[in-house]
Amino acid sequence: MADSIDTRFRHLRSHTPEHSNHPLAPDQQSVELEPIGLESAHVRVSRRSFLSGIGATGLLASAAPLSTAATVEEPAQEQTEAAGGSTITLRVNGKDYTLKNLDPRATLLDTLRERIHLTGTKKGCDHGQCGACTVHVNGRRVNSCLSFALMHEGDEITTIEGVGQPGNLHAMQAAFVEHDGYQCGYCTSGQIMSAVALLKEPIGPSDDDVKQAMSGNICRCGAYTNILAAVKQVRSRA
Amino acid sequence: METFNYVKAPNLEKALASANEAKFIAGGTTLVDLMKLHVETPKTLVDINLLPLDKIEKLPDGGLRIGAMVRNSDLAWNDEVKKSYPVLSEALLSGASPQLRNMATTGGNLLQRTRCMYFREPDAGTPGGYGCNKRTPGSGCAAMDGFNRIHAVLGTSDKCIATHPSDMCVAMAALEAVIHVEGPKGKRTIPFADFHKLPGDTPHIENALEPGDLITYVDLPKPVEGAKSTYLKLRDRASYEFALASAAVVARVEGGHIRYIRVALGGVGTKPWRSREAEAALMGKSATATTFKAAAEAALAKAKPHKDNAFKVELAKRCLVRSLKTATATA
Repeated sequence: MADSIDTRFRHLRSHTPEHSNHPLAPDQQSVELEPIGLESAHVRVSRRSFLSGIGATGLLASAAPLSTAATVEEPAQEQTEAAGGSTITLRVNGKDYTLKNLDPRATLLDTLRERIHLTGTKKGCDHGQCGACTVHVNGRRVNSCLSFALMHEGDEITTIEGVGQPGNLHAMQAAFVEHDGYQCGYCTSGQIMSAVALLKEPIGPSDDDVKQAMSGNICRCGAYTNILAAVKQVRSRA
Repeated sequence: METFNYVKAPNLEKALASANEAKFIAGGTTLVDLMKLHVETPKTLVDINLLPLDKIEKLPDGGLRIGAMVRNSDLAWNDEVKKSYPVLSEALLSGASPQLRNMATTGGNLLQRTRCMYFREPDAGTPGGYGCNKRTPGSGCAAMDGFNRIHAVLGTSDKCIATHPSDMCVAMAALEAVIHVEGPKGKRTIPFADFHKLPGDTPHIENALEPGDLITYVDLPKPVEGAKSTYLKLRDRASYEFALASAAVVARVEGGHIRYIRVALGGVGTKPWRSREAEAALMGKSATATTFKAAAEAALAKAKPHKDNAFKVELAKRCLVRSLKTATATA
């Protein structure tokens, strides 16, 4: 039982404080990740890898390059011109991830979730309309669904996992908890990523200014009043 | 999404050399969206994010040079833009969301494509799909007799009534910006009014760019001394929505009379809509409500509403009158 829980939360490991006894400091860690496909199914099955595996199987028939490349190790290329998949390194939350055979169509969002397994960033509309996928690139908030991962080599990417962790919450995360700034929670990580970013943006002091600055993040549950309260609290203490 | 070759251009020369049958990608906010919808299917994407076109510089003649890669948020918050071209800052901040403005570029915004839902319809082209002459030339226009509440009333043709969606472009039309282009035929400049094309019989041709052309800069002329400028955008919600009608005005009033005037409308035209008719009705006249009303009538005189968008004619008139009031107000 302990094993399966361990597997399920495998993707959180290096980000939780308990693992700070890693031989390398967090910013020196490097992880090599292969695409999930049939050939990599020797990994013990968790709900997530099982679902991801189904995805890859379904794709076998229609998009061969996505899955057949799973076990092929291509050398790193100086310029990423290959159509079938490229090897790049993304720097996320201060850690380098080498991604082999990355499909050029992979958005930053899908790459964070499906390849790096940082699933705090959510996919909502997938068209830049809802803000659930908001992450920071070089300190600025962007919609990760409207950007290809290949465009982000050399960028500093920060996701909700890098903003704060259980036991070490960012002031904005704590304020969302305190003010109940969510109901179902699906939009919350995007809301918090926007709220953290706006602390450094030249926006005005009024409630309307904050609402305007948060308007790229849609909350279907309608927790807007509580979200506003959380953002105002952190701004007033900054 | 169709697959594509990805090329990261390290410099301008490489970008231009790779441009053949390729699309440039900068912020990606329009292009990636439309690739997911199968509306755009480029064989090659040339990533131009490394190009050194991200500066805003004062020109010797007092104008402002904006690099094509300057992000919408950086342009909106630039001190010189806020001080000398407030209409541009206001227009940019009224568009999209903060996240999108952090991605979207000046060059990309010039090429922003319409939000017409028939243009964006992913299943079009298949039996039973919607026709769109802009997306698939010759396939007809489903908007003409369809749901056309958001569509244009000015500059339409019997082939296309799609609205140009950009706010930035409306401000730039009023500011008489000049677009710098580099391509296979070398460098050239295009006055803003000549950049976007009316749909006519070829709605798929949206601008004056030729294959392989890359937008490098947008120049704003020296600010008009003593002029005030403003942008007003009317829409279904207070934020994060496209314009139903908008107006950009640059005006200078002396002794109660209008001595300089530029007017452009958004949300109602098939391109960013410079209204020389409104300008003619305002120039030299006294800055009064009667004059503004007459200018608004002139601006919309040739409006051709469809089934669901007749309200836009009146809305655009009131929008322009309000903007003129703001831009000509003393103190």
